[in-house]
Amino acid sequence: MKLPRAPHLSPAWTPYVLLLPFVALFAIFGLFPLVFSLYLAFQTWEPTSGLAAMQFVGLDNFAFSLQDEWFWKSLGNTAWLAVASGVPQHLVAIPLAVFIHNAFVRSRNAVVGAYFLPYITSTVAIAIMFSSLFSTDFGLVNTGLQAVFGTEPIDWLGQPENIKPAIAMIVFWRYVGFNVVLYLAALQTIPRDLYEAATMDGAGRLQQFFFITLPSLKPMIFFGVTLSVIGGLQLFEEPFILTGGRGGSDQAGMTTAIYLYRMAFDFNDFGAASAMSWLLFFVVVVLTWLTNRAFKPRT
Amino acid sequence: MARTKTIGGSGGRAATRRPAALALVLGLCLSPAAQAQKVLTVAAFPSVDKIIETAIPAWKKLHPTVDIKVVSRQFADHHTAMTTALSTSFYLPDVMALEVGYVGRFAQGGGLEDLSREPYAIRRYEAQYVPYAFQQATSRGGLVVAAPTDIGPGTLLYRADILARAKVSEAELTGSWDSYVDAGIRIKAATGAYLLPHAREMKDILIRIGVQPGEGLYFDKDSRVLVNSPRFVRAFELARKIRQNKLDARVSAWSNEWSEGFKRGTLATQMSGAWLAGHLGNWLAPATKGLWRAAQLPEGAWAAYGGTFFAIPRGAPAAHKVLAWEFIRFMTLDRERQLAAFKSQDAFPALLAAHDDPFFEQPLEFLGGQNARLMWRVAARRATAVDVHKQDSFASEVIDTELDKVLDRGKDIKLALHDAERLLAKRAKR
Repeated sequence: MKLPRAPHLSPAWTPYVLLLPFVALFAIFGLFPLVFSLYLAFQTWEPTSGLAAMQFVGLDNFAFSLQDEWFWKSLGNTAWLAVASGVPQHLVAIPLAVFIHNAFVRSRNAVVGAYFLPYITSTVAIAIMFSSLFSTDFGLVNTGLQAVFGTEPIDWLGQPENIKPAIAMIVFWRYVGFNVVLYLAALQTIPRDLYEAATMDGAGRLQQFFFITLPSLKPMIFFGVTLSVIGGLQLFEEPFILTGGRGGSDQAGMTTAIYLYRMAFDFNDFGAASAMSWLLFFVVVVLTWLTNRAFKPRT
Repeated sequence: MARTKTIGGSGGRAATRRPAALALVLGLCLSPAAQAQKVLTVAAFPSVDKIIETAIPAWKKLHPTVDIKVVSRQFADHHTAMTTALSTSFYLPDVMALEVGYVGRFAQGGGLEDLSREPYAIRRYEAQYVPYAFQQATSRGGLVVAAPTDIGPGTLLYRADILARAKVSEAELTGSWDSYVDAGIRIKAATGAYLLPHAREMKDILIRIGVQPGEGLYFDKDSRVLVNSPRFVRAFELARKIRQNKLDARVSAWSNEWSEGFKRGTLATQMSGAWLAGHLGNWLAPATKGLWRAAQLPEGAWAAYGGTFFAIPRGAPAAHKVLAWEFIRFMTLDRERQLAAFKSQDAFPALLAAHDDPFFEQPLEFLGGQNARLMWRVAARRATAVDVHKQDSFASEVIDTELDKVLDRGKDIKLALHDAERLLAKRAKR
């Protein structure tokens, strides 16, 4: 009996066929929404009337967004959270990575794994856990503070001045482990003989850290800071769940990503929401470029 | 993720209770094409999904060849999915359940069938529905975009034991809004219990009192902003008085602290829809059975909290629309169905004919044997609907923000309302 011939794929087509699943998924879930949101940014649209109800309005949505107080407020919140949660991530992750690199040998992976765990845990689970920890009357944070310092219960998620620090704390806790892993990988590429030579020249540990470790980590710091800038500016899930999807009292926890989501789905203004998303993209591009300038090796 | 359930298969004898149903059944019998099994998709959320599933056997007796497929999602997911489905006209159900807030929003667009037109002609049945609920489904232009199925007549639930300890009578609690706050001061002093969960609730009810015909809560019919008015000033002042006297627990509805407050007896009263009594008895605080009572809202105020409607998307398959309307009539105009939903899920009937059932006179154990349903029936008939504006959702957010500033940071009320007015004026015509 003759077996049927196996399907034959010409070598010229192979790369395209193998790439197809990714390209198709990217086109549907990445490229199409991108192009559609750009198109929407120039339209006014009552979404429940169907796609045919769109009307071209030129730059109106952009003009509205730039004059909208709440858009600027949300950008301010986003910047505050990005700095308050982002900067400490790196200030803690670098020394912590150096410490783990030097102090742990056999158990290093386990220690790194423990720090990395929050990063791979579901954001929803984290936010729900923290909303219960931050509960005013029955939360562990207030109970602990009361037991140690005898303080009055703090309304963490109800008072505008407390919402941002609470969110920043969670974001910091979540991403510090990710940065530790980045810096640990970079530390392993620094040649040991640099440290040996420095020791022979009489350099102490602090001098070695500032004159060998830090300069060698610069490319990784650039990478880590860029990721933090982009992630910080797109912050959505943690504050969204912690504030019940509303952004909190006085919109203190309303990041730009939450605001544009609310503009679309709560306030029914998809056009302005799309315009805001492109304005946010512009801010991300500018800040990434500035980060690049700050960390670029000087010639 | 969506949960779907299709119930169908075996047929039953055709019911002959109502001429319209009979005509439809006969029509189906005479047409050979209609003999094929049809599936009507109904999108819903808890616990409307349960009510529909319970009604399916009775529906199958009337329509053996029509199966009902219930697509159920969580409340917020459901409404987001319906917004998306209407905007793209993909995966539209034949019938969608909508919460009252979304009926107003969706009525602004043209995505839902106008049920006042043929072949639906819902106005023929208008007198059978609770008036304010029918009004809520009617847009400013006179279109009727949905049919009400259950309503939430407003009531004041209070802890009789806490009031007794504070020596406060029901009459003192409900005489006027000022006496309600004064009663709260005495309750707090005598028992330590908070008068209500959040001062915001005081504002929410007071801005609904005194709305003139043709006005919405925040905008009039010409999109003029109404927030800088005595209605809002009084609402803000009383909310501030509540906060200044520490009478609110500063907790939001449905939060952990809120349900704990009911369990531990730290909340003395709650303004809500009548349905909350069922939630309290079933899962929020069943141990407080017999301690609660219901009263009409203070100062003779009438309000509605929530309500469910059924609508037909304009983009749904045309061949199913008459059946979809038949299903909506079956769920909203059939006395038995309405009463079954009330008995099993505390869904207060939007159908007036269901209001004369002896079930209304039964004492409620959870409310210490009170005949509260009779009182809620009165509230249902006295409540009125307010006009909906497309920026209501944003306006509500702005007003809540300004109220927070007044309550937490001592912002001047006039300035707060002026700031809100300025912000809303920029959006009113968008």
